[in-house]
Amino acid sequence: MSAISEAVSDSWVITGRNLRKIKRVPDLLVFTILSPIMFVLLFAYVFGNAIGSQDTGVDYQEFLIAGIFAQTVVFGATFTGYSLAEDLQKGIIDRFRSLPMSPSSVVVGRTISDIGINVISLAVMALTGLVVGWRIRSSVLEAIGGFLLLLAFSFAISWIMASVGLLVRAPEVVNNASFIVIFPLTFIANTFVSISNLPGPLATFANWNPVSSVTQAARELFGNTDPRAPAPDVWSLQHPVLYTLIWVVIILTVFVPLSIRLYQRAASR
Amino acid sequence: MPPAIRAERLVKKYGEVTALDGLDLEVEEGTVMGLLGPNGAGKTTTVRVLTTLLKPDSGHAEVAGVDVLRRPKELRRRIGVSGQYAAVDEHLTGLENLDMVGRLYHLGAAASRARARELLEQFDLTKAADRQVKGYSGGMRRRLDLAGALVARPPVLFLDEPTTGLDPRGRVGMWDVIEELVRGGTTLLLTTQYLEEADRLADRIAVIDHGRVIALGTADELKSHVGGERIEIVLHDPAQLATAREQAVGLGIGESTVDERDRRLTIPVDGGSDDLVELLHRLGRAGVGISEAGLRRPTLDDVFLALTGHAAAEVETGDDDEDGAA
Repeated sequence: MSAISEAVSDSWVITGRNLRKIKRVPDLLVFTILSPIMFVLLFAYVFGNAIGSQDTGVDYQEFLIAGIFAQTVVFGATFTGYSLAEDLQKGIIDRFRSLPMSPSSVVVGRTISDIGINVISLAVMALTGLVVGWRIRSSVLEAIGGFLLLLAFSFAISWIMASVGLLVRAPEVVNNASFIVIFPLTFIANTFVSISNLPGPLATFANWNPVSSVTQAARELFGNTDPRAPAPDVWSLQHPVLYTLIWVVIILTVFVPLSIRLYQRAASR
Repeated sequence: MPPAIRAERLVKKYGEVTALDGLDLEVEEGTVMGLLGPNGAGKTTTVRVLTTLLKPDSGHAEVAGVDVLRRPKELRRRIGVSGQYAAVDEHLTGLENLDMVGRLYHLGAAASRARARELLEQFDLTKAADRQVKGYSGGMRRRLDLAGALVARPPVLFLDEPTTGLDPRGRVGMWDVIEELVRGGTTLLLTTQYLEEADRLADRIAVIDHGRVIALGTADELKSHVGGERIEIVLHDPAQLATAREQAVGLGIGESTVDERDRRLTIPVDGGSDDLVELLHRLGRAGVGISEAGLRRPTLDDVFLALTGHAAAEVETGDDDEDGAA
């Protein structure tokens, strides 16, 4: 087998192994399916009513959905780091490293299976959203583009988390450490509030935060924006798809080689 | 015929701690080498280096004719490794674990599955084949892990403390499995803390301490160095130790030793239980009160004491030093 087909086949084997786990670990099922439902319902009914209509233009519930999608897939990416750290801890990586398999396939397989998990989460959230009144007001093609962009973004974050997991090696620490970063990243953004409501420095951060751009892009692609309340006049949010893709490319360029290197160095015990 | 495993002057340091200090080792094809030593002696580090999991700071190694450092991937096709901790996925079934390993060896889907079934049969795991590994006992996990090492029928096999942590029954079961394997002509490097284990399984034994081989030979050669069996007598009254020692004169094959604190007299013998019976007679006649008496085979401690002058337990550096980060 050539190196490439070997890498593809090995990654596929690892992906299959990871996906099997979703069915078998109840926590994971909750994490993948129930918590997205909970998020949509909580935000739609608690925040949706409490915060009411801001100057976001459209109905606040509709405004929220893309933000919830973005936050959930970014949180979903922490699972990549958690799982790799867990595999290291349990010694299975030792087995993998003693096999003549492609060195990238364990991390590639991991990040790909985590796309699978995010696809499930997004589907569940979209259905829940539709039930509570969210509507796609664009074309099918644009909507698919919106979902793909969310997935591409979370895929990139997955690779950051892969590096973190391989570096830290303790699953709980990976979770706690990444939450400290991800909470501000997903809240100091246009996910749940309009940036115009944020004070100066936070607004600047939010304007250039890629979570804002991916959320803005999703809103536009789902047709959930209101022409009466345009996005802030900064380049990142005027060209949210392009700006998000630039981030995706930069993150992947740095963290794919880094994660694979870290994997090769990781001696689990 | 070139040796199946050859390690030359392997050095590996973790900061201040030297895990391997110029280790040399040769294992002939089709033989079993036991690497015997206490925790922290460098056994696991040696296995990790020879199986491409760890890069040494210096030195050279060849396994199955392949340069370990230059062609790691080529080497991985020809070796099987089973570690101290079972490297199995507990959310997969036994069958799925072995099937996955087969695919990662690139055996192909059908061959992987067939080989997995065959190994489950061989390791008495057929009944548990479709159960998730998290429900397996420690011994079953270990057997499955060993099966994982055998998927590609590797000519050279590394087993790192295969029975550590197993109960006595599990241990004997594991020994049977390993003996069966070796009969097929596989070259095996086995690490262990138990002289008994090395004695039973290995053709030759390399005793290692502080990252070097300090003695090499068959189990018999090592034991003759240590002095074979010994009688141990514990007295009620330490004041009678001198009397007891006098009575033992002429019985042993070496110098008897006295441990005042434990009221213990140790005499190396070659006459086995006859010597023990004779000594007990003599002590009875001399009126020496005995609280315990027994015949004991030499242990790793005895080997160490004889070879290094210190007991195995005194060897410094713990697990953490040896198993630290790469």
